[in-house]
Amino acid sequence: MAPELLLAGVIATALVLYTLTAGADFGGGVWALFARGPRAEDERRVIGRAIAPIWEANHVWLILVIVLLFVGFPRAFAAITTALHIPLTLMLMGVVLRGSAFTFNAYDPKRGDGARRWSRVFAVSSLLTPVALGVTLGAVSGGFVPDPATGLVGTDFLRQWLGPYPFAVGLFTLALFVFLAAVYLVDEAEDPELKALFRRRALVSGGLCGVTALLAYVAAEGGAPQIREGLQGSSWALPLHLATGLAAVVALGALWTARDRLAKLAAMAQGALIVAGWCFAQYPYIAVPGYTIVGEAAPPDVLWPVLIALALGAVLLVPTLAYLFVVFKVRPAPAGEDDGH
Amino acid sequence: MTDLFAARAQMAFSLGFHIIFAVVGVAMPLLMVIAEHLYRRSGDPEYLELAKRWSKGAAIMFAVGAVSGTVLSFELGLLWPTFMAYAGPIIGMPFSLEGFAFFFEAIFLGIYLYGWERVGPRAHLAAGVLVLLSGSASALFVVCANGWMNTPAGYSMVGGELVSVDLWAAMWNPAALVEGLHMLTASFAAVGFAVAGIHAAMLLRGARRSFHSRALAIALSVGGVFAFLSPLTGDLAAQQVAELQPLKLAAMEGLWEDEAGAPLLIGGLPDEEAEVTRYGIELPYALSLLATHDPHAEIRGIKSFPAEERPPIAVTHIAFQIMVACGTAMMLLAGFAGIQALRRRPIAAQPRLLRALVLASPLGVIAIEAGWTVTEVGRQPWIIYGVMRTAEAVTPMPGLIVPFTGFMVLYGVLGIAVVVLLRRQVFAAEPGPLVPPEAAGEAAGKAAGATAGEAAAVRGTDRGTDRGTDQGTARGAADGVLRQPSSEVDHGA
Ligand code: HDD
Ligand code: HEM
Ligand code: HEM
Repeated sequence: MAPELLLAGVIATALVLYTLTAGADFGGGVWALFARGPRAEDERRVIGRAIAPIWEANHVWLILVIVLLFVGFPRAFAAITTALHIPLTLMLMGVVLRGSAFTFNAYDPKRGDGARRWSRVFAVSSLLTPVALGVTLGAVSGGFVPDPATGLVGTDFLRQWLGPYPFAVGLFTLALFVFLAAVYLVDEAEDPELKALFRRRALVSGGLCGVTALLAYVAAEGGAPQIREGLQGSSWALPLHLATGLAAVVALGALWTARDRLAKLAAMAQGALIVAGWCFAQYPYIAVPGYTIVGEAAPPDVLWPVLIALALGAVLLVPTLAYLFVVFKVRPAPAGEDDGH
Repeated sequence: MTDLFAARAQMAFSLGFHIIFAVVGVAMPLLMVIAEHLYRRSGDPEYLELAKRWSKGAAIMFAVGAVSGTVLSFELGLLWPTFMAYAGPIIGMPFSLEGFAFFFEAIFLGIYLYGWERVGPRAHLAAGVLVLLSGSASALFVVCANGWMNTPAGYSMVGGELVSVDLWAAMWNPAALVEGLHMLTASFAAVGFAVAGIHAAMLLRGARRSFHSRALAIALSVGGVFAFLSPLTGDLAAQQVAELQPLKLAAMEGLWEDEAGAPLLIGGLPDEEAEVTRYGIELPYALSLLATHDPHAEIRGIKSFPAEERPPIAVTHIAFQIMVACGTAMMLLAGFAGIQALRRRPIAAQPRLLRALVLASPLGVIAIEAGWTVTEVGRQPWIIYGVMRTAEAVTPMPGLIVPFTGFMVLYGVLGIAVVVLLRRQVFAAEPGPLVPPEAAGEAAGKAAGATAGEAAAVRGTDRGTDRGTDQGTARGAADGVLRQPSSEVDHGA
C-alpha cells in the first residue's frame, strides 16, 4: 500500500480517537455549565472525576494529528494553518483556557470564589472550543487552491471558514461531543439520581446530534459540494449511513432501556463512524480541492521510517493506554477516594 | 510593530512561557520519585507527604505545560508556514517520537497523580520513574528539532523539491546531542534550585523544620549536582557553536576582530554602530582556550561576516553573560552547600545560607531563558541556519499584533494564577498562622513576576530564623508544630 495512504489512515484514526476521548472531555465541560440546582456540586464532582486522570493523555491525539500532518503533508499543513489562522488561534486560546482552568479549579486548596470562577471559565471554554475545532474541520472541505504566483494558498484569511457550512460542522461537533460525554457519564455516575439526569441529557443531545448533522448536510450543498457528493454517491456511502444510523438507534434505545454499557459502546461506534465517514468523504483530498493526499505527500524515505516508528510506538502505547483506562475506568474506585487529587 | 516582528515576539514569548513549565515537567518527577523512594525505604511519613505535596504543585505546572506546548505545535504552522512546508518532513522523526513521549508522560502522570490508592506501591513508583524518563525524552527530542535549525543535516534539495532525506541523520544533527544534554542538565539544575529556594524560605519563616529540611536536602542535592554538570555540558555546546556557527560564537562573546589567542570578555556592552564592545574585563587567551581547547587558536570576529548576516549582537552577548553569570553563581553556591554538608553542618540551621538559597532560586530559570535567547537570537537572521531566512518563513497573515497581544494577556493571567495557586498550596498544608491564604493571594498578585519563594523570603526572613537553630532528629514535634498533614494527603500511608 502507498505509504501516504497509510499515514493518512493513521491521521484519520487519531482524529477518531481524539473525538471519542478528548471530545467527551470537552462535552463533560459543557455539562458542567448546565449543572444547576441542589445537586450541582455533585454533578460537577462526577464530571471532574471522570476527566481528571485522563484528559492530558486524551489531548495528545490532537498533537499527533498536527505533527503527522506537517511531517507527511507539509504544504497542506502550511496551507491550512495559513488560511485558517483566525479560527485556529481562537481554538488554541480555548484549549489553553480550558486545560488551565480545569486544573486551577481542581488544585485550589481554598475552595472559594477563585475556584468557582475557574470552574466557570472551564465550562465556557469547553463550549466554545469544539465549535472552533469543528469550523476548521469544516473549512478544509472547500476553497483551498494554491496561488500560482506565490505557491502559497490563495486566501483572504476569512473566505475559507466564514460561511454556513463550517459553522454547521462546528455545531455538529459540539453536539457530538456533548452527546458522547452524557452517555459516558450515565455509565460513570454511581448515584441513581445523577444517572437519570445524565440519561435525560444524553437523549436530548442525541437528538441535537441528528438535527445538527442534518443542518451540516444541507449546508454542504453550497459549502462543500465534494463532501456532499461523497456522502451521497459513493459506493461506501449507503453502508456507512446504515451503520451510523443503526449505531444511533441502538445507542438511544439502550439509553431508554437503561443498558448503559451497551449505550456507551453504540455511541462510540456512532461517533467513530461519523468521523470516519467525514474522512472518507474528504478522500482523496487533504484540503479541497487543491491539496490531495498523493500530491502533497513527503518523499517515501520520510514516510516509511515515520510509519515504522509509529508501528513500534503503537506496540508500546496500546497496552499502556489500556492500563490507564483499566485503572481509572474499569476498576471500581477504592472506598473513600476524594474527588480525584 | 511589523508583522514579522510580531510573529517573532509571539514565538519567543510562547516558547519562553512554555519552557518554564516544560523544565518542571522534566525535573520535578525526579524529586518526587526520590521522596517517594525514601518513604518506601524508611517508612517516614514526612517523605510521603513531601512526594504528595510536590506532585500537587507539579500537576498545575504539567497542565499549563501541556496546553502551552499545544499552542507551540500549532504556532509552527500559524507563524512560520513556509518554514514548515520546507522542514516539516525533515524534522519529522523527533517530533513523531516526541508525540509518543508525550503519551507516555501523560499516561503515567495520570497514574502517578491520581493512582495512589488504585495501583500498588511498586507500580506507583514505577509510574513516577516512567514520567521522568518520558519527560526527559520529550525534551531531548524537541531539542533535536531545534538543533537541526542550527545545524541542518541529513537531506538534499534540488530546485526547492526535497529529493532525499535521511531522517536519522537529520535528527542526530551535530548540535542535537550537545544541545539536548545541556538542556537536560540545565532543567534539573534550575528546578532543583527553584524548589530548594521555596523550602529555604519556609524554613526561614519558621515553618515545620523537619519537613522542609528534608525537602531542601533532596532539592538541593539534585540542583547542586546538576549545577556542576550544566557548565560542563555548556562547554560542549560552546565548542559545537565555535565549530559550526562561528558568527554566533563571536556574537556571544562580543568579539569584533579576528584574533589568535582571543581573550574572554566578562561583562561589556557591544556597540553595534561603532562595532566595538566597551567596558568588559578581558581574560587573556581564555576564549580560544574554552572554545577550542587551544589557547592560541584563531577565533573569527564579527567584522569578518557581512552585515546582513549578523544577529543582534548586544542581545546575544548580554544574554550569554547572564547565563554564564547565573551558572557560576549556582555552582559556587552548590559547592559551598556541599562543603557544609560534608562537614555535617545542617544547612537548615544556617540562616545566611538559607537566605542565599532563596535569592538563588530563580537563577536557573533565568539562565534557561537567557540561554535560549542566545541560541535563538544568535541564529538570526536565519530560521534554518544558512538555508532559510526568518523573514522568508513568516506567514502572510496581516495584523499579527492582535494574536500576539492576545497571547500576552492570556499567558500573563495564567502566570499570575499559577503563582497564586502555588503559594496557596505551599501554605495550605502548613499548620499554624504563618500567613492567611487571603494575604498570600494578594501578595502574590502584586508580586506577579517574582517566584513564590522570593516573595516569601522578602517578608519572612527576620521572623523564624531563631526557631531553626536547634538541630535535629526530634523532627517537627520539637518545634511544637502539629505534624498532621491535611486529610487527603494521608491516603496512601
Ligand atoms: C540552568 C541553566 C543553564 C546554565 C547554568 C548554563 N546554561 Fe547554557 N544554555 C541553557 C541553560 C543553561 C539552555 C537554556 O538550556 C540552552 C539554550 C539552548 C540549549 O540547548 O540550552 C543554553 C545554551 C547554551 C549555548 C548555546 C548553544 C547553541 O546555540 O547551540 C552555549 C554555548 C551555552 N549554553 C554555554 C553555557 C556555558 C559555557 C555555561 C557555563 C556557565 C552555561 N551554558 C550555563
Ligand atoms: C527546549 C524546548 C522544549 C522543551 C525542553 C520541552 C519539553 C516539554 C516537556 C518535558 C513537556 C511535558 C511536560 C509538561 O506537560 O509540562 C512538554 C509539553 C509539550 N511541549 Fe514542549 N518542550 C520544548 C519546546 C517545545 C516546542 C518548540 C514545541 C512545539 C513545537 C513543544 C510542544 C509541546 C507540546 C505539544 C506539549 C504537550 C504534551 C502533552 O499534552 O502532554 N514544546 N514539552
Ligand atoms: C523552549 C525553549 C525555547 C526558547 C525560550 C526559544 C526562544 C526563541 C526566541 C527568543 C525566538 C525569537 C528569535 C528572534 O526572532 O530574534 C525564537 C524563534 C523561534 N524558535 Fe525558538 N526557543 C526555544 C526552543 C525552540 C525549539 C525547541 C524549536 C523548534 C523545534 C524552536 C523553534 C523556533 C522557531 C521556528 C522560531 C521562529 C523563527 C526565528 O525567529 O528564527 N524554538 N525562539
